Amino acid sequence: MNIEINGRTVACHEGETVLAAASRAGIQIPHLCAMENSSVPHASCRVCLVEVEGQARLETSCTMKVREGLSVRTHSPRVLRIRRNIVELMLASHPDDCLYCERSGDCELSRLAAGMDIRGRRYGGGSKGHPVDVSSPAIVRDPNKCVLCGRCVTVCHDVQGIGAIDYTGRGFGTFIRPGADSGLDVSDCVFCGQCVRVCPTGALREKSAFAGLVDALADPGTRVVAQIAPAVPATLAAELGLRGVPEALGLLSGALRRIGFDAVYDTAFTADLTVMEEAHEFLDRLEQGGPFPMFTSCCPSWVRFVELHRPRFIGNLSTCKSPQQMAATLIRKRSAEPGRRLFSVAVMPCTAKKYEAVEVGDLDAVLTTRELGPLLEKFGLRFDADLEPAELDEPFAEASGGGRLFGGSGGVLESALRTAAHLKGESGKLSPSVLTPLQGDERLRTFTVTLGGRELRCAVVSGLGAARALLEQVEAGTLPLDFVEVMSCPGGCIGGGGQPRSVSEGGLKALRVKIRDADRREKLQGAHENRAVIRLYEEVFGEAGSRKSHQWLHRGYTDRSERP
Amino acid sequence: MQTIAEIIDRQGELSPSSLIPLLQAAQKEFGYVTDPAIAGIARALKVPRSTVYGVATFYNQFRLDPLGEHVIEICRGTACHVRGSGRLCDHLRRRLKLQKNGNSRDGRFTLLTPACLGACSIATVVRVDGEFHGNVDEEKLDGMIDDLSR
Repeated sequence: MNIEINGRTVACHEGETVLAAASRAGIQIPHLCAMENSSVPHASCRVCLVEVEGQARLETSCTMKVREGLSVRTHSPRVLRIRRNIVELMLASHPDDCLYCERSGDCELSRLAAGMDIRGRRYGGGSKGHPVDVSSPAIVRDPNKCVLCGRCVTVCHDVQGIGAIDYTGRGFGTFIRPGADSGLDVSDCVFCGQCVRVCPTGALREKSAFAGLVDALADPGTRVVAQIAPAVPATLAAELGLRGVPEALGLLSGALRRIGFDAVYDTAFTADLTVMEEAHEFLDRLEQGGPFPMFTSCCPSWVRFVELHRPRFIGNLSTCKSPQQMAATLIRKRSAEPGRRLFSVAVMPCTAKKYEAVEVGDLDAVLTTRELGPLLEKFGLRFDADLEPAELDEPFAEASGGGRLFGGSGGVLESALRTAAHLKGESGKLSPSVLTPLQGDERLRTFTVTLGGRELRCAVVSGLGAARALLEQVEAGTLPLDFVEVMSCPGGCIGGGGQPRSVSEGGLKALRVKIRDADRREKLQGAHENRAVIRLYEEVFGEAGSRKSHQWLHRGYTDRSERP
Repeated sequence: MQTIAEIIDRQGELSPSSLIPLLQAAQKEFGYVTDPAIAGIARALKVPRSTVYGVATFYNQFRLDPLGEHVIEICRGTACHVRGSGRLCDHLRRRLKLQKNGNSRDGRFTLLTPACLGACSIATVVRVDGEFHGNVDEEKLDGMIDDLSR
């Protein structure tokens, strides 16, 4: 089927929208509410209006389906005038504090306004006067900067299946907030931060981790150490055009050292440690008969989801701390120097890790991938390939390929299966019938694997909407499972709520390639081969699942379903 | 008094369109839509609490706070507006130190501002605990509050 856009013939697919067809033809129609992965846009922003031949009324191109003989104009003088007016009306009640706004320089609304040559305020609207919600340890909500595009509502309800926030009130009094006249901390929110990633303005942002960090870095009496999650170097490698994860890790280590960090560790090391404990825990459950399925516990949003919304599955969560928290405990106990204060920092692709750090402890700050650039800028440095690289610090520097895989959906389970097979005295080589689903990119993948002569039913799920659907099947008994990896963000940590907003659905593919490549480049396949991990068991824990390892590396959970 | 669970039970077959009838039933029973009512309705209909809250705040008929002992309604229709009902509201808010939701802190008074009470010929109209008063000015309003405070 063909339609005409601005006098040019454009081939298009049955059922697609004019917005999508135009985009494929290289014509960008500005829009705020429509998103790549939302099937039903709110059509609330009105910015994507186009002129349709033979029709007086303008149409929103995000909802208008293509049809034979259709002819539209996307940038005619009339469209431009009206579109500009719509943006001006949005700005009428928008605060004028762009100077102080976190999104300054990276704001879709201001880019839109600049593109339309809006250089003054034509309409003076009232200020909304909503309080800023700082109640959660992870996400700050400022409804005054909200343009009501509804992207956050769409991801929270439709992609994540949580629905912690929604439109409330009416008319000028409409604003988006949690399900009661209160903060995110007591709402249904699990802090995954997907809303933060799609917000076009400064209305949703992570809680800044810079307070205290800059002073600590300058203080010789304080030992400041960092740990870096596996998804972070994969992202930097893609964004900066580096060869791969090892190069990005070196660059990051060098940069952090230059601004005053005393040591830089690799969270992939404790990913290996997590696998040792978790594989052991799983084999234990096999012997003791459950409870099954066992769910991974690396993802703090998933853990909070279970505690808040599905507490009956608390016993199914692995008791292993996440790699971030295992590293935090080890750093606190093994890396502190006498006479110096320790300031322990984690660099994560995640907003919920900020919450986890507050909840589980042993950390002083959690930075998102997004916050790395601004942190370096504070010290006059810029992230580019010219920064001098440095090694990571022993004893938490070594990681297996399995540990590297933690950055993407499927990685935890793949690594755990490698080690579980080894513990059962089998080869760590996984068959293609297992690897294909493990390395796929669908939100839910199921497969069976044979371990110690037993058929194990496994699943990998990413995105909380898909996880909720899986739980319903488990509850109904229609999907019997033994071992399930759950990541709250679609695609796993590389799609995390703390990742750069430039990482789109399509960009995830490039990051998956970096993660796979990092696995292949490691000499060691599985966590059980990691010599530093082996040494740690010799020196501290004895064996996986020991009393000592339970003290340091495991945790309990709380039923949070009863709320005021 | 019925619990929200009983109210939901009485509703019978539930569907997404049960939301507004349930909110109405809850308000009738409790005088306003309580937090437990929102949570209970959300659970019963399998929709997020934020959605129930969004609907409850969209419609003027729903209150999310209890009513005070005395309910004072100042008409905000056009005729009353022209005759100064806005000033009357400001006056009452100041005098009774009303909160944003229209309630006084001691729970004695609630100010409501309906769009029109339909008695424009005697604007400005004030309804106190269901009783109509016409041609109300600040002095007359003060007198009524004094009576109620006694």
